[in-house]
Amino acid sequence: MRPTNAFAQASILQLYDPDRSQTHLKNGRLASWEDFGPEVKQELEKLLLARGAGFHILTETVTSPTLAAQIKALLEANPSAKWHQYSPVNQDNALAGAQLAFGQAVTPRYFFDKAQIVVSLDADFLGRGPGHIRYARDFMARHTPDMARKMSRLYAVESTPNLTGAQADHKLSVRASRVEHIARALARGLGINAALGDTAGHDEWIAAVVRDLKQNRGNCIVVAGENQPPVVHALAYAMNDALDSYGKTVNLIASPEANPIQQAASIKELAKAMNSGSVQVLLMIGGNPVYNAPADCEFEKGLAKVKFAAHHSLYVNETTKLCQWHVSATHYLEEWGDARAFDGTASIIQPLIEPLYGSRSAYEFLSAVAGRSSRKGLEIVQEQWKKADDDAAALEWRRWLHDGIIPGTESQLKNVVPKIGFASEPPPVLGAEMEIMFQPDPLIWDGCFANNAWLQEVPRPLTKLVWDNVILVSAETAAHRRWSQGSVISVKVGDRSIEGPVFVQPGHPNNCATVYLGGGRTVAGRTGDGVGFNAYPIRTTDNPWFATGVANATGDQAGLVTTQEHHSLDGRHIYRTATLAEFESDPKWVEKFDEFGGTPISIYPGHDYSKGNQWGMVINLNACIGCNACVVACQAENNIPVVGKDQVRRGREMHWIRVDRYFTGGDPANPDAIALQPVTCMHCENAPCESVCPVGATSHSADGINQMVYNRCVGTRYCSNNCPYKVRRFNFYKFADHTTPSLKLQRNPDVTVRSRGVMEKCTYCVQRISAARISAQKQNRLVDVKRDQLQTACQQACPTRAITFGDINNPEDDVAKLRAHPLSYGMLVELNTRPRTTYLARVRNPNPELESAAAVSAKGEHA
Amino acid sequence: MMGICFLIVGLLFTTITKLVTTGIGIWGNNQPVAWAFDIVNFVWWIGIGHAGTLISAILFLFRQEWRTSINRFAEAMTIFAVMCAGLYPLLHLGRPWLFYWLFPYPNVMQTWPQFRSPLMWDVFAVSTYFTISVLFWYTGLLPDLASLRDRAKSRIAQVITGVAALGWRGSARHWQRYDIIYLLLAGLSTPLVLSVHSIVSLDFAVAQLPGWHTTIFPPYFVAGAVYSGFAMVLTFMIPVRAFFGFKDFVTQRHLDAMSKVMLATGLIVLYGYAMEAFVGLVYSGNPNEYFQMHNRMFGPYGWSYWMLITCNGIIPQLLWLKRVRLNPVLLWFITIVINIGMWLERFVIIVISLHRDFVPSSWGMYFPTKWDFGMFIGTMGFFGFMMCLFIRFIPMFAGFELRELLHKKKSHSH
Amino acid sequence: MSHSSPQSNVYALVAEYPTPEALLTAAEKVRDAGYKRVDALTPFPVHGIVEALGLPKSRMAALVFCAALFGAIGGFYLQVWLTTQQYPLTISGRPYFSWPNYIPVTFECMVLAAGLTAFFGMLIRNRLPRPYHPLFATRGIEASTTGKFMIVVESTDPKFDEKGTESFLRSTGAESVNAAPFDDFGRDQAADGAAK
Repeated sequence: MRPTNAFAQASILQLYDPDRSQTHLKNGRLASWEDFGPEVKQELEKLLLARGAGFHILTETVTSPTLAAQIKALLEANPSAKWHQYSPVNQDNALAGAQLAFGQAVTPRYFFDKAQIVVSLDADFLGRGPGHIRYARDFMARHTPDMARKMSRLYAVESTPNLTGAQADHKLSVRASRVEHIARALARGLGINAALGDTAGHDEWIAAVVRDLKQNRGNCIVVAGENQPPVVHALAYAMNDALDSYGKTVNLIASPEANPIQQAASIKELAKAMNSGSVQVLLMIGGNPVYNAPADCEFEKGLAKVKFAAHHSLYVNETTKLCQWHVSATHYLEEWGDARAFDGTASIIQPLIEPLYGSRSAYEFLSAVAGRSSRKGLEIVQEQWKKADDDAAALEWRRWLHDGIIPGTESQLKNVVPKIGFASEPPPVLGAEMEIMFQPDPLIWDGCFANNAWLQEVPRPLTKLVWDNVILVSAETAAHRRWSQGSVISVKVGDRSIEGPVFVQPGHPNNCATVYLGGGRTVAGRTGDGVGFNAYPIRTTDNPWFATGVANATGDQAGLVTTQEHHSLDGRHIYRTATLAEFESDPKWVEKFDEFGGTPISIYPGHDYSKGNQWGMVINLNACIGCNACVVACQAENNIPVVGKDQVRRGREMHWIRVDRYFTGGDPANPDAIALQPVTCMHCENAPCESVCPVGATSHSADGINQMVYNRCVGTRYCSNNCPYKVRRFNFYKFADHTTPSLKLQRNPDVTVRSRGVMEKCTYCVQRISAARISAQKQNRLVDVKRDQLQTACQQACPTRAITFGDINNPEDDVAKLRAHPLSYGMLVELNTRPRTTYLARVRNPNPELESAAAVSAKGEHA
Repeated sequence: MMGICFLIVGLLFTTITKLVTTGIGIWGNNQPVAWAFDIVNFVWWIGIGHAGTLISAILFLFRQEWRTSINRFAEAMTIFAVMCAGLYPLLHLGRPWLFYWLFPYPNVMQTWPQFRSPLMWDVFAVSTYFTISVLFWYTGLLPDLASLRDRAKSRIAQVITGVAALGWRGSARHWQRYDIIYLLLAGLSTPLVLSVHSIVSLDFAVAQLPGWHTTIFPPYFVAGAVYSGFAMVLTFMIPVRAFFGFKDFVTQRHLDAMSKVMLATGLIVLYGYAMEAFVGLVYSGNPNEYFQMHNRMFGPYGWSYWMLITCNGIIPQLLWLKRVRLNPVLLWFITIVINIGMWLERFVIIVISLHRDFVPSSWGMYFPTKWDFGMFIGTMGFFGFMMCLFIRFIPMFAGFELRELLHKKKSHSH
Repeated sequence: MSHSSPQSNVYALVAEYPTPEALLTAAEKVRDAGYKRVDALTPFPVHGIVEALGLPKSRMAALVFCAALFGAIGGFYLQVWLTTQQYPLTISGRPYFSWPNYIPVTFECMVLAAGLTAFFGMLIRNRLPRPYHPLFATRGIEASTTGKFMIVVESTDPKFDEKGTESFLRSTGAESVNAAPFDDFGRDQAADGAAK
């Protein structure tokens, strides 16, 4: 079980990215690692008299115990030196909120599988933030109809539409600054001393949520988003206390960060020091502050004044260009290291391969700074963890590596009681100005993945955009301002402004705009340079997440590209959803849409698939959060090429699995709900694609897989025309890069790299099936997916176990059981395709009290 | 004229070179519209290629003697149109250099083509049609080549026509066999010509795409093919007749008869449209069929549907008027309209059906590129070029048949 | 297997008539006079000439019919054999023997076989292509494809007698009678033709 997210899957491409830094540089020229240590030493010796004053270290958020220990040792040797941390997306607000509520920087650890009612205050706990993968699994496991446990209910107060809001049973779309007002009203309802603001007429909704929370005391979680101000976090902590959550559904623990500080303040302090000329030596580990530091810091200007700046980084980026030294960093898959998880548990990071180039890890970098440049990463990490140099310790080390975690390292529980009165002052009054909200791009994040073509080309979960960051606005706002899709607008916050294209996003709150970070890189690499626009110039330390601003059309038009052009199901039953009440009153509800039953009669007797392994897949729509981990995992496993923005615009994207996104409900601008549906090849038993191929390049295997024979394919594309699910992908050009050496290493050797003119599509990871079959046949038995650990790449990557793959002939197999589930249905079975990939219909759990007020489920869709 | 056509042939070769060296990505085809101009043009050309054989074969069997002055011309047109048509399925392949994999022979892995595929049927139908059309045309040409040989003055002309005529000398024994096989070839061509467009229509009817999956296609495609074929014959014949002064050969009676055939087939086609609309919107009760028909009429490509109805359904109704049928200028204008309409029909069927099918997430738009047009215009240039060559070098009228006809007329009047 | 008279330098006599009617009348006379190795050259097929000259009936139709049958059976069997015996593939869940799918190709094979047989059968039975023939050396022979109607009496005919036959032909209303001379090449050709 290796659930991940899209970033982790795409890091394979990052490792082999030909644009990665491959050499150390001094003043832009090739330099030797051996020279780096002595030079730093020389610089630091100059500062000895000042006890290291003028020596600054800047890192991103550090959770590595070894790295933290190394930095601390350096700080001890140079007592006046400073350690700064800065990541553009950080936990500043959560920590400040904890400080406000408890007087100390504790961190919550949620148990969503135990929560009956979850209220999200603009928190995207399914899509981002520490522990989101675990949280997604826990939450979705409970947010599903199950006989054993009551299905949970999610209320989301949401500014920018996100993955968590897409799963909500009830959603309130308000701009980011309004969330505090709603939170105050909720808190007040739960008996917390909070001054009320303006809830914009949502009192009925709030009252219903409060009643629901009160009825489920001890089974609730209130969670605040990292873009919400500290007071919202403090209110959430207080509400959890009022609802008796601590110790039941939420634990308060010490932060897993090595040094939890206010990062915006930290970088501002550094920038100030640099601009005043007091920074003599600046060592930067990772990060790209020239690009992403708050605009008011004037980091770039300050950096020019630093005499000796060294940047240890994976890429030569905007910041590296302005440093004297660049030390090429190893990728995390090439180095020894350690890190703490969201609950504080430490893991040892093992390298998967020797470094491709002469790069050095951050540990080796800091060791060199400390004057020991010859030490290896393994040595450094072992020094941190191994208790002794004996056999027992060696065995223990091996066990840690094997288990993946070091037992007993989780953060300690904090027993704290929230203060009262921190919210007794009324919130700021909301004006009529437009609100500018900042969000990291769902896939390019803060810009650090800009050169990752896989991530650039993954459709953003809710917009389906590729190769761009945009400014989201609601349809109403766009109409009011006479903007259309792709209108370039200038956004002014204070006296700073940027320009970017508008994307009209259904469900976005009015009179505000979401500016996605991460675009407009200038020194990212061949892939990332010039993609999107840079939003950091209007983001300041005071308003890192939202600010009031002015937006005006510039008259330009940008060509935005999405992979989906139609957003409604148009009454089709390919995606089926009902409320829990409907499902419980009619457990066979899902079948009534199949006019001819699940397997319509045929004039042909049909092929006999009753023997041997028969592969099938079940996709649980109750579990899918639309995170795209499967898409990237598939791309990595199956050597799927990227095609670039222009080709996606022409409709030629190559992903074998896609996550369809529909908005349901009567009003396209304000959808009732968001439907997310992963679609792969259905491996139809009566596959329409097969009979139309003139050369027999696609046919059925004995174990029920619709196979594609690449070297027989001549490319008529008839199969694609006849595929009702449109899952086939065609190489209109030679999309695959056959020449770049590092990309040759990146590829899966078990999968053909397709050339121009052939069709391709999901194979159920046939290479993995073959490997399992070969080993099973040696033992003269059939494949057993559990015993042979057979999983498809998408299944393996899915954080929420939405995808199950296995043998439909084996009644013990999960797939066979799920196919018999009352919610199981096939897509377009009326065409008698007999798909092997089937779905479990989505069940929602709306509050009956609110249900009557606003139709939440897509009732109109299945009348 | 020939020079212009030759330049356009140059465009065709440029397009083909670009296509083969870079990939069919130079066209606008995509997912979901994996077939577009390529197959639209294929079906259009193959439809045009129906008139020749039909005129020669069916009218021959029905002893419609007026065919004699136009059959050679129409047959040549058939062959050139089928050549243009044949280019498309060949070049629309992702790997066109492997086109021969569609021929029935085993490869090194002992796999043969897949005979359940309508594309395989197409390969057989189109290649058979081309072969039989060439044989039929050449058979008809044989006595005229002999006549040319016997009248040739220059040595070169004598040699060329001598070789081409295969030593034909008009022997009674030869004529006897010739008569039988000409009749047989006509007899074979008649069901063949019906089968070719039926099979082409099966490319669509066999698929399960709404808008394609319909039993009405074979007859409606055949009627459409005859419709467009006759239109194209007239499109070329009317100017040639005026330019070369062939009014004695191609008389008003010919124009009238051909107009009537167009009117009849046009009405069949119009009936097809009506049935499609009726089945889609009313009769089928299938939401996908309903949507597809509705989208055809009122979707983003709705303009093409209404243009098609105008071009193929409404304007040709003028042919009910004898005045129009006998007015070459008006008639020529109508044939152009029909040519456009028949092209739009294929565009409507192929592109509109594909661009929005079962799963709304996969809907998309299709926009042709300059290379799509390059290929289309290029084949028109090739067609024109070949027709120019034909008019210049090959007897445009079936000489022996005309002589026979003339003789019959004379003896009847005695 | 008669043999041509080696001494004669005449391959045949060619009589020319102005109209098909004149040709037919003359042909009947030639036939009634007992000439067997005769032929007619006409610019277009003249109906009745075969009977008038007493030539044998063609069997082309039967040949083409056999070819059509062979094409249809062969085409169908090829598909059945390929999909059930030689390399059966599971396609769209259909049975290996899914005969409705084989009909179009069967039909096309039938037409193709018949058409090719018709055309090439006609050429072969007519012994074409034949770029040279002794008749081509006859004076005025060109008119046979452009407007004149001719009767050919070959010198290999048992009743042939150069002088007598010529005057006989003139008596049938021929406008002119010309001799088709032999050269060595032509003699061989004629001998070859006669041998068959």
